[in-house]
Amino acid sequence: MASFGRFVRLAFGAWALLLLVMAAPAPLGAQQVNPTASSVKEQQLLQELNRIQGRVSIPDQRSGMLEQPQGREWREFRNVTLRWIGGIAILGMLAVLVIFYLSRGMVKLESGRSGRTIVRFNAFERFVHWMTATCFIILAISGLNITFGRPLLLPLIGFEAFSEWSQWAKYAHNYLSFPFTLGVVLIFLMWIAGNIPNKVDIEWAKRGGGLFGHDHPPANRFNGGQKMIYWIVVIGGGLVAATGYALMFPFYGTGIEGMQMAQIVHSIVAVLFVAAMMAHIYIGTIGMEGAFEAMGSGEVDVNWAREHHSLWLAQKTGEQGSSPSQSGHAAAPAE
Amino acid sequence: MARMKFLCDADRCIECNACVTACKNEHEVPWGINRRRVVTINDGKPGERSISMACMHCTDAPCAAVCPVNCFYTTADAVVLHSKDLCIGCGYCFYACPFGAPQYPKVGNFGSRGKMDKCTYCAGGPEADGSKEEYEKYGANRLAEGKLPLCAEMCSTKSLLAGDGEIIAQIYKERVTKRGYGSGAWGWKTAYRESIES
Repeated sequence: MASFGRFVRLAFGAWALLLLVMAAPAPLGAQQVNPTASSVKEQQLLQELNRIQGRVSIPDQRSGMLEQPQGREWREFRNVTLRWIGGIAILGMLAVLVIFYLSRGMVKLESGRSGRTIVRFNAFERFVHWMTATCFIILAISGLNITFGRPLLLPLIGFEAFSEWSQWAKYAHNYLSFPFTLGVVLIFLMWIAGNIPNKVDIEWAKRGGGLFGHDHPPANRFNGGQKMIYWIVVIGGGLVAATGYALMFPFYGTGIEGMQMAQIVHSIVAVLFVAAMMAHIYIGTIGMEGAFEAMGSGEVDVNWAREHHSLWLAQKTGEQGSSPSQSGHAAAPAE
Repeated sequence: MARMKFLCDADRCIECNACVTACKNEHEVPWGINRRRVVTINDGKPGERSISMACMHCTDAPCAAVCPVNCFYTTADAVVLHSKDLCIGCGYCFYACPFGAPQYPKVGNFGSRGKMDKCTYCAGGPEADGSKEEYEKYGANRLAEGKLPLCAEMCSTKSLLAGDGEIIAQIYKERVTKRGYGSGAWGWKTAYRESIES
């Protein structure tokens, strides 16, 4: 029986061989077919998605991103576009403020000091303001260093010193983001009541906020300009905080494109924020007599309050003659 | 001087990951850092290809352009290197890199980013060639010893080529002509603004 089995196997093998030989010319002809006809092509993949994603067998699954040339657009933004936006916003604001100061000068207390003061910001409000402000200034300088330091500061102080400074600036930027964010949240909560836009602000805006001439449009605790600053801080601060944390904790919820977008939003909002805060700092210091006291000692002169926040003073003291209808005259010098 | 490049012949790569392992061992790369990796496209489907990828040492390198502290430099062999003494671990080179080459050890603030690490083309860093400091920061400097990157040197199928761009392009073209097909020099258009016709 064993030999029969061998015979069958042999016969089968012979048949198979015969079939193979007969079939051979066919694959030979087929060899002209490109074996990579169905293979993936780099250009095709790039055209489809502008990136190439695959699978990796190492634990770091993010490295499966083989190619993502859109980094070029980000590079263009970071090295060219952002520098223009930031340069125009910050230098433009500086120019506007200098011109305004030279032409208008300090907004004086027209009725002089009364000698009596009224509490404008309590200790907690001032603490929150200055905590946020201190963080903001350090964050702004360390942030601007990332964008403008290489062309402006590095040639002056050299590689080692600039790197050392930038390293500390990065630490400061990362760590101070926490008190800054806390400050923005507290500012949002403690001043929201006085910062809802209303029709008084429309009147205020129509009269140019009293910036020109000797006009003093009526205002509540916060005038239209201060409400703008408030919303810039709350919305701008919220945006820089959210995008900043996305950059600080890479790959927690964002991929590389998410981080590129986060950096774009973070930097644009930040440079505009800096420009807006320059105006805020100006009007709070050399731009207006008696304004700094509000955040300094927390108490402002009653005459200052009457000129700039007539409705607020009226509300605080029950003082008459400051209703919106005749408020145009409310700010007239008390003679 | 030569213009050093990498070229991965995807039609030869068998995804053995020996290049990845060799790189890690040669440079004593820290845990979690992969200077080189093998990416498989269309895994398990017809037309699947694997590509070994690391820093491509780009012409007009994006990492160098966006670095806030200008810590990158290009050697005479056109290898893109950086100084870990100057790097501040900001992550910008990673946003700009088309190949995901920069890696960050998780030693920085909040365990996120330390000083960047990437493929050095086995050419070390700014320290003296072959010095202990150079080895500790950047790994071996094979180029200074007249040797090519280890990943390519020991590639079992000679899929990964390293060396002067013109020479490895010539080798690849000859292969394509002889065997009649080739899926192209992956990454060359992005890194060097040129491609090898196949």
